[in-house]
Amino acid sequence: MGEFKVHRVRFFNYVPSGIRCVAYNNQSNRLAVSRTDGTVEIYNLSANYFQEKFFPGHESRGTEALCWAKGQRLFSAGLNGEIIEYDLQALNIKYAIDAFGGPIWSMAVSPCGSQLLVGCEDGSVKLLQITPDKIQFERNFDRQKRSAVHKMLVDRQYMGVSKRKCIIWGVAFLSDGTVISVDSAGKVQFWDSATGTLVKNHLIANADVQSIAVSDQEDSFVVGTAEGTVFHFQLVSVTSSSSEKQWVRTKPFQHHTHDVRAVAHSPTALISGGTDTHLVIRPLMEKVEVKNYDAALRKITFPHRRLISCSKKRHLLLFQFAHHLELWRLGSTVATGKNGDTLPLSKDADHLLHLKAKGPENIICSCISPCGSWIAYSTTSRFFLYRLNYERDNLSLQRVSKMPAFLRSALQILFSEDSTKLFVASNQGSLHIIRLLEGSFKHLHTFQPQSGTVESMCLLAVSPDGNWLAASGTSAGVHVYNVKHLKLHCTVPAYNFPVTALAIAPSTNNLVIAHSDQQVFEYSIPEKKYTEWSRTIQKQGFHYLWLQRDTPITHISFHPKRPMHILLHDAYMFCIIDKSLPLPNDKTLLYNPLPPTNESDVIRRRTAHAFKISKIYKPLLFMDLLDERTLVAVERPLDDIIAQLPPPIKKKKFGT
Amino acid sequence: MVAEESVRVVRCGGSELNFRRAVFSADSKYIFCVSGDFVKVHSTATEECVHILQGHRNLVTGIQLNPHNHLQLYSCSFDGTIKLWDYVDGILIKTFVVGHKLHALFTVTCAEDSVFVIINKGKQDIFQLVSVKLPKSSSQEIEAKELSCVLDYINQSPKCIAFGNEGEYVAAVRDFYLSVYFFKKKTTSRFTLSSSRNKKHAKNNFTCVACHPKEDCIATGHKDGKIRLWRNFDDDKKYTYTCLHWHHDMVMDLAFSVTGTSLLSGGRESVLVEWRDATEKNKEFLPRLGATIEHISVSPAGDLFCTSHSDNKIIVIHRNLEASAVIQGLVKDSNIFTGLMVDPRTKALVLNGKPGHLQFYSLQHDKQLYNLDIIQQEYINDYGLIQIELTKAAFGCYGNWLATVEQRQEKETELELQMKLWMYNKKTQGFVLNTKVNMPHEDHITALCFCNAEKSETPTLVTASKDGHFKVWILTDDSDIYKKAVAWTCDFVGSYHKYQATNCCFSEDGSLLAVSFEEIVTIWDSETWELKCTFCQRAGKIRHLCFGRLTCSKYLLGATENGILCCWNLLSCALEWSTKLNVRVMEPDPNSENIAAVSQSSVGSDLFVFKPSEPRPLYIQKNISREEVQWGVFVPRDVPESFTSEAYQWLNRSQFYFLTKSQSLLTFSTKSPEEKLTPTSKQLLAEESLPTTPFYFILGKHREKQDEKINKAFESELVQLPLTENIPAISELLHTPAHVLPSASLLCSKFVNSLLLSKETKR
Repeated sequence: MGEFKVHRVRFFNYVPSGIRCVAYNNQSNRLAVSRTDGTVEIYNLSANYFQEKFFPGHESRGTEALCWAKGQRLFSAGLNGEIIEYDLQALNIKYAIDAFGGPIWSMAVSPCGSQLLVGCEDGSVKLLQITPDKIQFERNFDRQKRSAVHKMLVDRQYMGVSKRKCIIWGVAFLSDGTVISVDSAGKVQFWDSATGTLVKNHLIANADVQSIAVSDQEDSFVVGTAEGTVFHFQLVSVTSSSSEKQWVRTKPFQHHTHDVRAVAHSPTALISGGTDTHLVIRPLMEKVEVKNYDAALRKITFPHRRLISCSKKRHLLLFQFAHHLELWRLGSTVATGKNGDTLPLSKDADHLLHLKAKGPENIICSCISPCGSWIAYSTTSRFFLYRLNYERDNLSLQRVSKMPAFLRSALQILFSEDSTKLFVASNQGSLHIIRLLEGSFKHLHTFQPQSGTVESMCLLAVSPDGNWLAASGTSAGVHVYNVKHLKLHCTVPAYNFPVTALAIAPSTNNLVIAHSDQQVFEYSIPEKKYTEWSRTIQKQGFHYLWLQRDTPITHISFHPKRPMHILLHDAYMFCIIDKSLPLPNDKTLLYNPLPPTNESDVIRRRTAHAFKISKIYKPLLFMDLLDERTLVAVERPLDDIIAQLPPPIKKKKFGT
Repeated sequence: MVAEESVRVVRCGGSELNFRRAVFSADSKYIFCVSGDFVKVHSTATEECVHILQGHRNLVTGIQLNPHNHLQLYSCSFDGTIKLWDYVDGILIKTFVVGHKLHALFTVTCAEDSVFVIINKGKQDIFQLVSVKLPKSSSQEIEAKELSCVLDYINQSPKCIAFGNEGEYVAAVRDFYLSVYFFKKKTTSRFTLSSSRNKKHAKNNFTCVACHPKEDCIATGHKDGKIRLWRNFDDDKKYTYTCLHWHHDMVMDLAFSVTGTSLLSGGRESVLVEWRDATEKNKEFLPRLGATIEHISVSPAGDLFCTSHSDNKIIVIHRNLEASAVIQGLVKDSNIFTGLMVDPRTKALVLNGKPGHLQFYSLQHDKQLYNLDIIQQEYINDYGLIQIELTKAAFGCYGNWLATVEQRQEKETELELQMKLWMYNKKTQGFVLNTKVNMPHEDHITALCFCNAEKSETPTLVTASKDGHFKVWILTDDSDIYKKAVAWTCDFVGSYHKYQATNCCFSEDGSLLAVSFEEIVTIWDSETWELKCTFCQRAGKIRHLCFGRLTCSKYLLGATENGILCCWNLLSCALEWSTKLNVRVMEPDPNSENIAAVSQSSVGSDLFVFKPSEPRPLYIQKNISREEVQWGVFVPRDVPESFTSEAYQWLNRSQFYFLTKSQSLLTFSTKSPEEKLTPTSKQLLAEESLPTTPFYFILGKHREKQDEKINKAFESELVQLPLTENIPAISELLHTPAHVLPSASLLCSKFVNSLLLSKETKR
């Protein structure tokens, strides 16, 4: 594996924003998640819960409701009073329509999917017709005396609980006429909608019950409380002989520390998210057919994309936050030590730059050039390019003005290895190549998307010699372009699972592709086919433990001096694949600890296999090779995130 | 007196009432509990024992009401029989001989003529739940050999089996799994929890199970204090469960209320928890029940619960969680340090009871009279906590004074010692703390005794300690300005060559005090506290020391650790006799010269009764118990017996009780078991007369009318009975207060005669 000096970076002060809404789409098995900063993320549950797409947030656009309609259409409504439909192909906002009722607090779609109902701050409920490419206002319902808190499907008499200053946070209407309400007093109540009477009352929490989601079969539902507990309710028969059924609280799940603001119920899992920023997917064991990968509990905290870029030459790290960028220079040391030693820093890490984004929009992507003299970032509507000048210790920043009109928004930005070219993937599916000159730029070429597709490219990779550019969208295959001749070179055959990371190896120009099902392919660009090693590993299959990892590979890099090595990492491990060694089979130990040095070389050679895995650094957000002997690892400990969140509801714990 | 039989060792009550769940009668008037070989019937209202159902020849292991006749009770026992009782009259109706050792009994309404028992087949700890067909027959004793196995490899405790939904399924738990057997489908479903391999679930073991009476819901208790409510268990895949968690330690027992709306649970915390609607937030508590809850049962009428506790008591609890009655047996929970004593006033047996308490236990009624809180500190039940122990107690001056010693030793050098002197208060009929002495000695107190001489004017107490001193404490006027208060002060400190004082004893007349210092016995004059003489036998440390009584008062007896029993003559100051006997217990009879000594050998314990003046023992009984006998005491009889046989004369005026290491209280009796079966004479008249509720007035009148009609119809055929009001014998019987009535046997013939029809009326 080789010894490395590792910069263990823990000053990336990233806090994901809390989850506000969760909507599950049964048809495509996708999950839409909106966060408090307005970001909307789409997870593909069929593809190992990979975060496929995301829509950047906007300061004024607090999302309060999210729902799927007509299969694939995603709508959101928020405090700015607008109903927004998202374009899931182009990854931008299709349109935004003001409902003219003040902030929107809730939204529901009719069972047939043709109508949309929104509850507004002024107490009105508005019905909108969903047309094939827009939505149309249909009618306005009478306004209530008090503002509509949630879906106003409930009659006024149910508000009887509000005498005790109790807020109903959510209701569900079942097809048999039962209304289930959850409220701030910690109750889950069952009402008969025909008579308006309370049927059953479950006191489940000392704090608010904030969310409810019912399964499609209406035989189970899930509620989330402000104490971080998620309760599962099931409809079970009273006795095996009778047909009478009753709702019973079954299992509590405590996977959150803070308010559970949103829950969803997929056919096989309970999904919850809240202020503590985790998205938790808890499979229902009785619904899972085989005990496989899907039967495991998932906790998704970090985005499945890179927020960090690195300038190898100048040892700089660029951190991307929602509204600003931070540039840090890594510390250095002169000391040396044994394996495992912590070396003292002779020079501390420097915070060089705090670049605040202009406008209310969140930053989509950012990049620093390998030479460290260019920084580019993009929001939904603007693209920014900066030139950095280093004069000894001083740093000056110069914005490159007059960006061309077509460079409005980018999904991915990449600099070539020699920092002379800038590659931008725009959200219309086109790829722009820009030549960078001292203080100015020149647009070289635009690769237009394949005719008929509008799919945006999310991942880019350029070969170190600058000749090849690989780009991948969310579903179609990876396209490889020849930069010299400015034409499409080839397309790697499409695979069932989305690409999570791409990289082109130096010298051999092999494209390494990682997919969300944990498969890794190696594709030779010059020969336009998979390499021998890739074929071998596909034939033999990956180790079962490798396939069971639950976070996607987010970064791939190569060692400049060891062409047989591929370096890759996910959130919980860092791996070096040594292609010269035999592949592990299911019987060998995948996660072998570092072999003790006193063991003979024979044993070491016998137990050695291609996958060298280190789990020292976690959660690992970024890891790259600075030079032959130096690695940089950016960690973000979960405790540091929790420490920055508002304090959770204090609960007395027995024995403390 | 009938012909005397040989003296036998018998259990004399103090059996475990908490061995199995108690059972309520259908009308909640009676509560049944197992008690050794007997079943006791108590009234729930008065706590009194109404009947003792005697007949089993071994431990009773299960009781259940007959589901088809709620006035009958089934019981099963290790003796392999199931007995059917009429509990109202305390009569044995039938005996079914099964043959196997029966460990538990269950009855189910829908099973027409069979009951379920747990038996042990084959190997030591493999138990089976079998159904036993009870054949219908008129004879008293019936063989019931038709067994069919229901569940195999179950836990032997009846708490781990529960029948649900009127006997449609049975749930059994063991270790980490719950198995449910459906009688109709004849299938077993099994649900396993992750076991100890996973550290987080290390204490997932099932401890008990209960079934919902109305719904398909099984509640299971677990070692980590969780309660799981299982539903949908007829489907191996779709089963689901909820957790209720309050207990921090093992759930000992669970019970559903009759309607199933609430679930009761209890454990080491000594708190009864009522979970309403099976929700975690909606729970009620009945705290401070005193000891670990072992069992919970619910009356069929639903108005009462009861909890059995580890300190051998049963608490009857109202539906609104108010304890209404306590049935307390002999507490056997703790180590006995004080030994057995007899309270001179109540003649109750006194020994360590609950932690920090002294219990007064009535041998005649087999119940605890009261608890005296000596340590007066809240008992904290926790592992590894070193508690204050009540180590010594003694009664003095005809029960006017009680001295107690408590100690706590956390480290070798840190001894906390306290002596308390309690005075009997006639007004409150209880002991009141008079003097508290902190650190009366530097080291452990080994013995304390009062001077119980009749003529002594000031009460005197002597304590002997390992610090080499004995101290004489006397009651004096305290410095109270009114000279009314009295307190105890130290009067004299004696020692002998810095030897540890091991025993002390006053002579019967109080003139001499004997104190043993390791191997040496010293005799002191109690008037002047002068050392009179010493005896030394060089036969090991003195373990027991006592003076002879009455005619033998010139003798002093000492038993040493090396197994020598010595008798010294105080007049000649010489050894009278000695013998080799490894004495464990030596107790003088207060009413005679007799001294009982229990010796320990490898086979068991032997009893010797002797007079100090005679070298030959009066009575020897070998092997009275297999275990070590720890304590013994002579209890004076209320009514002296008159055994003529010389060997039994020592039993005439007192009875010898002893306690073995496993804390069974045993005594000697000559009565045959049949003779002991005399029915208790107690009649609960109050129980029989119906309360005059508004319902009674309506229903009672209605019945009267019906009765009149019937009477009219039969009048012509019936013989006119004499009017009862006019017969003097009957009116006398009914109008005399019960406590002045002569015994029933005298009245009986008169009463029966009065009911007979004379020839004149017949004509």
